[in-house]
Amino acid sequence: MTSTPAALCGLLALSLVSLAVGVGTLSADAEGLWLVAISRAPRTAAALLTGAGLAVAGVIMQMLARNRFVEPATAGTGQAAGLGLVAITLLAPAAALWLKMAGATAAALIGTAGFLALVRRLPPEAPLLVPLTGIVYGGILGAATTFLAFERDLMQYIDIWMNGEFSGVMLGRYEFLWISGALTALAFAYARRFTIAGMGEEASTGLGLDYRRIMALGLAIVSIVTAVTVVTVGLVPFVGLVVPNIVSRMRGDNLAATLPLVALSGAGLVLACDILGRVLRYPFEVPVGTILGVLGAAVFLWLLHARPARG
Amino acid sequence: MIETQSLCVSLGGAQVVHDIDLTVERGRLTALVGPNGAGKSTLLAALGRLVPPAAGAIRVDGTEIGRIPSPDLARRLAILRQNAVIAPRLSVADLVGFGRYPHSGGRLTAQDHDIVRDCLADLDLTDLAGRYLDTVSGGQRQRALIAMTLAQTPDALLLDEPLNNLDLSHVRRVMAVARARAETGAAVAVVLHDLTVAARHADHIVALKSGRVFASGPPEEVVTPEILSALYDTPLEVHDIAGKRVVLTV
Ligand SMILES: Nc1ncnc2c1ncn2[C@@H]1O[C@H](COP(=O)(O)OP(=O)(O)OP(=O)(O)O)[C@@H](O)[C@H]1O
Ligand SMILES: [Mg+2]
Repeated sequence: MTSTPAALCGLLALSLVSLAVGVGTLSADAEGLWLVAISRAPRTAAALLTGAGLAVAGVIMQMLARNRFVEPATAGTGQAAGLGLVAITLLAPAAALWLKMAGATAAALIGTAGFLALVRRLPPEAPLLVPLTGIVYGGILGAATTFLAFERDLMQYIDIWMNGEFSGVMLGRYEFLWISGALTALAFAYARRFTIAGMGEEASTGLGLDYRRIMALGLAIVSIVTAVTVVTVGLVPFVGLVVPNIVSRMRGDNLAATLPLVALSGAGLVLACDILGRVLRYPFEVPVGTILGVLGAAVFLWLLHARPARG
Repeated sequence: MIETQSLCVSLGGAQVVHDIDLTVERGRLTALVGPNGAGKSTLLAALGRLVPPAAGAIRVDGTEIGRIPSPDLARRLAILRQNAVIAPRLSVADLVGFGRYPHSGGRLTAQDHDIVRDCLADLDLTDLAGRYLDTVSGGQRQRALIAMTLAQTPDALLLDEPLNNLDLSHVRRVMAVARARAETGAAVAVVLHDLTVAARHADHIVALKSGRVFASGPPEEVVTPEILSALYDTPLEVHDIAGKRVVLTV
């Protein structure tokens, strides 16, 4: 249990760094305060909320799919949200943001439910089939999105939605992420039940848990968190995969005990990658999605090799 | 007590359990035996409300099983499946602790912790309590699953081949624990393949063949060379050794 307070301290330190680092120089006057309030603080909050939300969504998805190699960004949830967003944008170009959010969420729900239905039929002896299916499934949804967008000249939006970055985050442009934050907090209340759901339908029923209901709740949390993230800052890959896997190795999967660490680590990882993106090619920025893509792929490969296929 | 009346169960569109009338009484250990594919697991799953009956009735202490709310039933009935796979990476103690979920919901009380500790000790797992399930042996894992089922402190305890992967001493231990639960008033049903063990520990034996009850009664009546040879379609011998029935393949 010692690592949760440690993670909390690390997160505080990172947040302070994040408030200080950026193109504009920080001064100790009203102007500096304004910069922090308008840009740096919202950006920091956005990175923290995104990271915590996606890490928790990742671990929930892994419990629901009963497979540790899936996450919203690589198993169709993010791609489905993107597809929903493009569809709404095409149908009603002037739609309000909340409407786009609703469309993305609905699409993410359908897309994730479809993925879970697909992988239920896969043999449990071949766990890698599940992420492979997810990659192909997400690829097909992504291709459909690209096709639609290409037809209607929306390609530049696709880039924004599919490659997450925080440089555009300002006061008034990220607040939807608090919905994701609230759902992340809600997940804590159901942590024990998500672990039981991870034991499968029969074990859940045996313990008196309504399996369908907990599946539906998990699905809703994963889909809404992902959709809100895609619409506000864009898809951020690998957080939902890497963080839960590392925490699982260190502390196991009893979510009632480990979920705080998952959320804190996710928040810290995304914020650290965002800070890195700000300083790497200063004064230019590297999108957080790109950094996590490289970093996450490397860690993913390591996970595949370090853990026997049947864990 | 669990009783069935003309129970039929279908799997994948085909009926595999036909017309079963059976009673698993409180205070007794009932053994279910029979060849592979006879329908033992299917019957047990139906008794444990994991598979819905195609026809007939199942009553738990007089109440139709489908009418008992699921959380309520989980406090009264616990089932161990033949091929239980626990995907989450849990420690042995955490797994057994989840057996208390129906009773305590969220946090374990002091009493829950006592029960978990006793169940771990009953299954000789005290030293392994902190180990993760993916770091223990097959038999140790099986014992952890049995301990979790026991931690539900059910009135009706259903165990599907609990002796899988267990060594001799733990076979004895598990049967003793199952007996102890029966003696404190629980209705216990255990699927067994070792007929010598069944003859030794069960009060009542139900032999299934092709989804029907082939024979049932106390061990003296069922564990005979004639019945067993016909049940398994292979010659079997039953010997009295030191006053105990021992079943041998020829
Ligand atoms: N999902 C399924 N769909 C169709 N038939 C099935 C299914 N599962 C099992 N069966 C069939 O149902 C019958 C009973 O199976 P069951 O698992 O109950 O047997 P069992 O007596 O427990 O056997 P064992 O000793 O091998 O565990 C078998 O003939 C089996 O082939
Ligand atoms: Mg069986």
